[in-house]
Amino acid sequence: MAFTLCFVLFMVGLYGVLSKKNMVKIVMGLVIMNCAVNLFLIMLGYKKGGVAPILEKKTNLADFLARSVDPLPQALVLTSIVIGLGVLALTIGICIRLYEKYGTFDITEIRRLKG
Amino acid sequence: MELLIILLLVFMIIAALNALEGKDLLSSVVSLSAVGFGLSVAFLVMGAPDIAIVQVVVEILTLIILIRATIRHDLTTVAEGTEFFGLLVGVVLLFVVFLFGLEAVKALPPFGAPIMDAVASAPSRYYLEHGLKETGAANIVTSVILDYRAYDTLGEATVLFTAILGALAILRGRPLKKKKKG
Repeated sequence: MAFTLCFVLFMVGLYGVLSKKNMVKIVMGLVIMNCAVNLFLIMLGYKKGGVAPILEKKTNLADFLARSVDPLPQALVLTSIVIGLGVLALTIGICIRLYEKYGTFDITEIRRLKG
Repeated sequence: MELLIILLLVFMIIAALNALEGKDLLSSVVSLSAVGFGLSVAFLVMGAPDIAIVQVVVEILTLIILIRATIRHDLTTVAEGTEFFGLLVGVVLLFVVFLFGLEAVKALPPFGAPIMDAVASAPSRYYLEHGLKETGAANIVTSVILDYRAYDTLGEATVLFTAILGALAILRGRPLKKKKKG
């Protein structure tokens, strides 16, 4: 159920990328897809009743091993989130530049104006 | 616990649809950050506090970047009369991807049972068992990103630097001035 809903969220983002004409809306679709993929990876590592992978002084190691969630997807998603921010900055930069050149956010208008 | 995550996901889907279908771009941006903050709460619920904190910071920066793109331009609404052919192709493509995705979801392990429990030699088990002894970090996520997989972090920094450099190169209005011959 949770995986299906996560996939539906990804599809909402894909719908935005495919069917919107406003460039900023397309970038928003990309951001939504990014969010859905990150959430999916964290969900894969989730354990029922799990605790965060942080050791305390009184923690018993065997108990911790049995209860902790998977730390590897968390470490890699941390990388992925920051890279998503860089990609967003780059795409928004392209959008602002195109707006300065053509005076519109509409991609069909820009297609018509070329040449 | 699963119910809470499902509720958060429904909230995020509604916010995402509102962000995509809204008429005004500024309200769309605000609705989009509702998705991001919902994601942050979901991370917190699923035992990932580090990522929840990073997600909040990144979401605020996303809001700033998107508002910078939309607030100065008065022409923020675009007429949404879509072409019939493009819409048809889009809907068919979405439907096909959705069908394949549902098949893929069936093959996944059940929610709440991570793969590291099923596979005996998973690296995550090694990190959890030896992380404190070998790196001295009580937070296992930190020991993974800064010790076991530090090259990944270096690559991340490189990608981020390149993306920011590209954005600056695109946004700079004038080309660099040539040096005067002295």
